[in-house]
Amino acid sequence: MDLLVEFFNTLKSTVVDVLPILSIILLFQLLVIRRPIAHVKQVGFGFLYVLIGLALFLLGLEKALFPLGKMMAEQLTAPEFINPNALAEDAINWTHYTWVYIFAAAIGFSTAIAEPSLIAVALKAEEVSGGGIKANSLRIAVAIGVAIGIAIGSYRIVVGHPIHYYIISGYIVVVIQTFFCPKMIVPLAYDSGGVTTSTVTVPLVAALGLGLASTIPGRSPLIDGFGLIAFASLFPIIAVMAYAQITHLRTKTN
Amino acid sequence: MNQQFIIFFKALWGSCKDLLPIIFVIAFFQFAVLQQPMPNVGDIFIGLLLVVLGLTFFIYGLEMGLFPIGESMAKAFARKDSISWLLTFAFCLGFGTTVAEPSLIAVAREAATVAASGGIIAATEIAQNEYANGLRYTVAFAVGLAIVIGVLRIIRGWPIQYLILGGYALVVIMTTFAPNWIIGIAYDSGGVTTSTITVPLVTALGVGLASSIKGRNPMIDGFGLIAFASLTPMIFVMAYGMVLS
Repeated sequence: MDLLVEFFNTLKSTVVDVLPILSIILLFQLLVIRRPIAHVKQVGFGFLYVLIGLALFLLGLEKALFPLGKMMAEQLTAPEFINPNALAEDAINWTHYTWVYIFAAAIGFSTAIAEPSLIAVALKAEEVSGGGIKANSLRIAVAIGVAIGIAIGSYRIVVGHPIHYYIISGYIVVVIQTFFCPKMIVPLAYDSGGVTTSTVTVPLVAALGLGLASTIPGRSPLIDGFGLIAFASLFPIIAVMAYAQITHLRTKTN
Repeated sequence: MNQQFIIFFKALWGSCKDLLPIIFVIAFFQFAVLQQPMPNVGDIFIGLLLVVLGLTFFIYGLEMGLFPIGESMAKAFARKDSISWLLTFAFCLGFGTTVAEPSLIAVAREAATVAASGGIIAATEIAQNEYANGLRYTVAFAVGLAIVIGVLRIIRGWPIQYLILGGYALVVIMTTFAPNWIIGIAYDSGGVTTSTITVPLVTALGVGLASSIKGRNPMIDGFGLIAFASLTPMIFVMAYGMVLS
């Protein structure tokens, strides 16, 4: 019974989130386009399914994955786990954090695979490219990008480098790749940066960043805890362009 | 009915496969690395079931509702041949979906705490709320503008790379001038603006526009709207920080 109440609460907040979008669409459809919506029944049901689906999805994440993932992030970053023999005055040794980097990469990869907005864009890309781009390959490329990004981002928090050096170097890589990779993929690659960081990835990754920043002396959770998301939205761009370049080179040599 | 059932179960199976990596990662770290028993197994099982069901419904509804409405509106605007209405719609869509975005509200609140503890603003609730709201509206305006620029690009057929790379250059230049405390928040604000419902809608809008305007290729011109939406907030949030200090 509790579950049902929770479900309706989640559904209510999802509806509230969607209300602005829905009113903008209806307003423009009725006042500007002034045409009945084609297949209105189907579209209506589609919206309903999206709302129910999103509410179920969020509720399930809250129940199962988030508490566990956040707890693991805390345990993995706890000083007792990292190096039980360390003294308080010991300097931070970034090599002690190997499990943290592996966890960061693994959780980044797996949450990106389950990210609904990435699924949406990948489906559309497969449809538009006439099957030339496979939805699943694109998702895997993006997920690899997120994995590398979050692992490097965690390393940055551990060593305490300023964030902009990393992001700006990433931009330089993107610029170079843009000139060499097939033109068809460029817009999609740029898009894939923004789609990876929504419902599933952000809460877990933020928990990891906060856990790291609050257990390492000299890091501020408020300043260093932020910034992992930026890594998660930059590296997929590089990964998707690299994927396109590799496929391109392979077809050329064949 | 029977066929619908088969489609539904296929989708359900697909969602299960999407979740397998997360389950595997969590199980591995819980048992092999942290070496702890799984707490509340029952809750976790129910939660996973809900996630699978939710993902299935979402994808089902995506193809039935969100994609078609985005594309049909794009086509209707293209037929109407009124750029100003299209751009107004683009701005409203970007602004409206961002201003109420829960993750943005959370980040803005967090950012206000950072600013208060850093002595940038007064540590009162009013000052913090004002700061958080200012940040939210700045980001929402930036996203609205981004969709407008992105739609204009599709109509005119401008190549995307010059615009995006120009934006990057602007980000880099502003980073050197913006106050340090805003940079992390500014970089993150690009990622949090694009929600699960906005992304499919905006993608469908772009692809629909590109396929109904002559001479545009939906693959080259249709994608890219989201890229703008995650770039402009960085620029505007840094500008916001510069104005405040």
